[in-house]
Amino acid sequence: MATVEHQQREEALAEEQGHRRRDFINIAAVSFAGVGAAAVVVPVISQMAPSADVLAGATTEVDLSAIQPGQAVKTIFRKQPLFVRQLTPKEIAEANAVPTSSLRDPQSLADRTKPGKQQWLITMGVCTHLGCVPLGAGEGENKGPFGGYFCPCHGSAYDTAARIRQGPAPKNLEVPDYVFRSDTKIEVGAKA
Amino acid sequence: MVRIIGFFVGLGFCLVLAIAFFTGAYNHITNPPAETAEKEFHLHPKPLALESNGPFGKYDRAQLQRGFQVFKEVCSACHSLKYVAFRDLRDLGYSEAEVKAIADQWVIQQPSVNPDTGEPSTRKSLPADRFPAPFANEVAARAANNNAVPPDLSLMAKARENGPAYIHSLLTGYRDQPAELLKKFPATKTPEGLHYNPYFPNLNLAMPPPLVSDGQVTYADGTKATVDQMSTDVSAFLAWTAEPKLERRHAIGVAAFVFLLVFSVLTYMAYQNIWASKKRELANA
Amino acid sequence: MSFPWAQHYEPKHPFMRYMDERLPLPRLVYNAIGGGYPVPRNLNYFWNFGVLAGLALVLQILTGVILAMHYAANQAVAFGSIEHIMRDVNWGWMLRYMHANGASFFFIVVYIHIFRGLYYGSYKAPREMVWLLGIVIFLLMMATAFMGYVLPWGQMSFWGAKVITSLFGAIPVVGESIQVWLLGGYAPDNAALNRFFSLHYLLPFVIAGVVILKIWALHIPGSSNPTGVEVKSPQDTVPFHPYFTAKDGFGVGIFLLLYVVMVFFAPNYLGHPDNYIEANPLSTPALIVPEWYFWPFYAMLRAFTVDFILPAKLWGVLAMFSAILLLFFLTWIDRSPVRSTNYRPLYKPFFWVLVLDVLVLGYCGGSHAEEPYLMISQIATMYYFAHFLIILPIVSAIERPKPLPNSISESVLHGEEKESAPLGAGGVLPGTQPQPAE
Repeated sequence: MATVEHQQREEALAEEQGHRRRDFINIAAVSFAGVGAAAVVVPVISQMAPSADVLAGATTEVDLSAIQPGQAVKTIFRKQPLFVRQLTPKEIAEANAVPTSSLRDPQSLADRTKPGKQQWLITMGVCTHLGCVPLGAGEGENKGPFGGYFCPCHGSAYDTAARIRQGPAPKNLEVPDYVFRSDTKIEVGAKA
Repeated sequence: MVRIIGFFVGLGFCLVLAIAFFTGAYNHITNPPAETAEKEFHLHPKPLALESNGPFGKYDRAQLQRGFQVFKEVCSACHSLKYVAFRDLRDLGYSEAEVKAIADQWVIQQPSVNPDTGEPSTRKSLPADRFPAPFANEVAARAANNNAVPPDLSLMAKARENGPAYIHSLLTGYRDQPAELLKKFPATKTPEGLHYNPYFPNLNLAMPPPLVSDGQVTYADGTKATVDQMSTDVSAFLAWTAEPKLERRHAIGVAAFVFLLVFSVLTYMAYQNIWASKKRELANA
Repeated sequence: MSFPWAQHYEPKHPFMRYMDERLPLPRLVYNAIGGGYPVPRNLNYFWNFGVLAGLALVLQILTGVILAMHYAANQAVAFGSIEHIMRDVNWGWMLRYMHANGASFFFIVVYIHIFRGLYYGSYKAPREMVWLLGIVIFLLMMATAFMGYVLPWGQMSFWGAKVITSLFGAIPVVGESIQVWLLGGYAPDNAALNRFFSLHYLLPFVIAGVVILKIWALHIPGSSNPTGVEVKSPQDTVPFHPYFTAKDGFGVGIFLLLYVVMVFFAPNYLGHPDNYIEANPLSTPALIVPEWYFWPFYAMLRAFTVDFILPAKLWGVLAMFSAILLLFFLTWIDRSPVRSTNYRPLYKPFFWVLVLDVLVLGYCGGSHAEEPYLMISQIATMYYFAHFLIILPIVSAIERPKPLPNSISESVLHGEEKESAPLGAGGVLPGTQPQPAE
C-alpha cells in the first residue's frame, strides 16, 4: 500500500518536474527572441550617430598669423561657425575688471583662454540661447553694448570675453577644446 | 470561357515557340557558331589562398602593409583608389602619426583652391581625405594612357568574379601570344599597344605588365619581393580596400549564427512541448 | 472568427477592458493571430512560409528606411553614397547586406509559398481572393525589387533599367513614347533614378496594405490544409496561439539562421560583380542578367527568337507578362473539386515537372543567350504555358481523384500527414459529433 502511494507520489513529482522543465524551455525561447530583438536595436540606433567620415573631420587647424589685435575671423569647426579673436589690451582689461561673481555664468577670462595666450579668445559662434550666429566677429558688425558679440535674434549681448551679460541666453559662448600647435597655429577639436 | 481562351493562348505561344525552336535548331546545325579565341584560350583565375578567405578569415596586417607599398610605388601612378581614405589605413596597423605622415608625403596632391586668388591649386593630403586620383579627369586619364582609362581599384576585388585571385592571375599572367592561337586565329594577333594576357576576358589588355622584376619594391619588413609575392600582396591589399569590414562581419556573423542556432533548438523544443500537451489533452478526452 | 467554436477574447486586466471598449486592437490581434483564430491541426512546414514572407517584408522595410537615411538618389553621387554606407556609416555594411540579401530571401520564401499554393490548391474556392491578392503582392514585389536594384547605380543597375524599360518599347505604335516617359529621358539618368527611388520607397507600404487585405480575406474561410478537406469540427482545429506561433517561431529561427549565413559569410554570392562597377552608359557588360529571382521570366523573354506575325521582341514581352497574369485565372482554369494534389494522381507528376521546368528556366535565364540554352528555354517555356493552359484544364476534366478522408482529424489519426502532430490513441474517431469548445 505504502509502495503504491510512494509510486504515485513519485509520478506526480516527475510530472511536476516535467511541467517545470517545459515551462522553462518556453520561457527560455521567448527570452531568446527578446534578447535577439534587443540586439538588433543596437545597429538601428547607432547608424544615426556620426559616421566615420564625419568624425574624421572633427578637428580643424586655424592659422592665427594673419589676425591683428582687435580683429576676429569666422571659420568653420564641425560645420558650425567658430570665432577666433585677438583681444586688445583694453579689451582684456575690460574683461578682467568685471567681478566674476556678478555674472550669470561665472567665468574669468583666464578660465576661457590658455595660460600665457590670454589675447586669443576662441569660441563657438553659436548663441547659447537658440543657436543663432551672433554679430561682432565681422568687420564693422554691431558688437553690442559690452563690446563683444551681439545676437540679433533675441538681443543677447556678450562682453569682450564672450560672456553673457544681457538678454535671454543662459550661458557664455562655448569655448571648444583646442590646442596650440605653435604660436600661430591652433588645432580646434583636439584635446591636450 | 476562360479555359477556351486560355487554351488558344497557350496553343499560340507553343506554336511560336516551336517555330523558334526549329528555326534555332536548323540554324545551329547548318551554321554552327564559330569558335572564338576568347572561348578557347581564356583562362580562369588560379586559386589564391589568402588569410581572409573562409568564414573565419582575417586579414594579415603585414601582408596588407606590403600590398599597400606595392600599390603606392607601382599601381598608384595610374590607378585611383577614390573610395578609400588615408584614415582607413589605421586598419592596416599604422598609427595615427604614421597615417598623417603617409597622407602628408603622398606624391599626388589633393585638388584645392588657392585661398587668396581662388585659382585651382593643390594641397597636401590630410588623414580625413580620400586617396587623390592621379588624373584630373577621364579625358586626362585617356590621353595619358593610350586611350585606355585605368579603372579605379577601390572595388576591383568585388567587381570581378573571384576578385583577388583574378587580380593575382592577371598581374602574373602576361606572356607571349601562343603560336597555337596565332595559327588557329591569325586575325587575333595582339594589336600594337596591347598586351596578351589569357586571364583577361578578351585576351588583350591595355595595361603593360606592372610587375616585371623581382625586387621592384624593397619591402620594409625584409620579405623577398618576388613578382609572385608582390602580386599576392597587392591582391590581398585590394581585397581589403573592397571589403574593409570583413573581419567585423565574420566576427558578428559567428556570434549571430551561434545565437540563432540555440534559438532554433529552443523554439523547436518549445514547439514540441506545446504540441505534446495537445496530444495528452486529446488522449484524455 | 470563422468557426463557432473559436475562443473569445476576454480581457482580464481592467486596462485591457478599458482598451477593448475604446480601441479593440488587442482583440483584433487575438482574433487574427492569437488564440481566437482556429487553424487546421494538420498544417505541415509549408504553411510556415506566409509568416516568413511577412517577416521578410518587415525586415526589408526596416533596413530600407534606414538605408534611405544615408543614400543619395542622384546619378552623380548614388554609387558613392552606397560606398559611404559600406565604409563609413556605423553598421552600414551590415544593414546594406541585410537589405540586398533580404530581397533574395523574400523571393525564396514567396516562391515556396506560391508553389505550396499550387500544390495544395489554395487558389480554389473559397480562397480565390487570397490567391488573387497574393499575385498582386507578387507583381508589386517584382516592381519594387527591380527598382531597388537600379538604386546603387552600378553597371547592372543601369543596364537592367535600360533593358527592362526597353520591353515597353515593344508595344506597337506607342511603345517608344512610353519608354521615354517611364525614364523621363532617352536613357536611364537622374530623372529615372529619382522616380525609381521614390517608388521603391512607396511600394513596400502598398505591399503591406495588400498583405493586410490578404490576411483579412484569409480569415473569412480560414486557412486551407494539406488534405484540402474543409474543417468540420473543433477536433480539426487548434488555436493559432500557442500551437502555430510556436511552430512559426521555429520556422523563423531556421529562416534567420540561413539568412545570417548569407549576410555575413557570402553577402555578394547572389549579386553580380558588375554592380560594383559604377554605371557607364558607354560600355555594356558582357552579360546583362537581372537578379536571380527574375531569371525564369527573363528566359521566357529571350526564348522568342523569330518574328512570326508579331516581332519576336513583342512575343517575348507578351509571354513574360502572360506567364504571371495567367496565375490570376487559375481558379477558373482548374475545375477539379479536389484541392490537394496528394489526392490527384494524374496531376501530381505534372506538378513536379512544372517545378523542374521553372528551375530549368531559371538556369537558362541566368546563362548567356546562346545555344543550347535558347533551345532548352524554348522547350521549357512551351511546357510552362502548356501546363497551365492546356494540361491543367484537361487533367482536371478527366482525372479520377483518390478518395478523400472524411475529416482532417481522421486523416491525422491515420497518419497521412506525418509532419502534423499525432492524435493520441484515445483521439477522436471519425463521425464523432462536434463538441462545443471549452
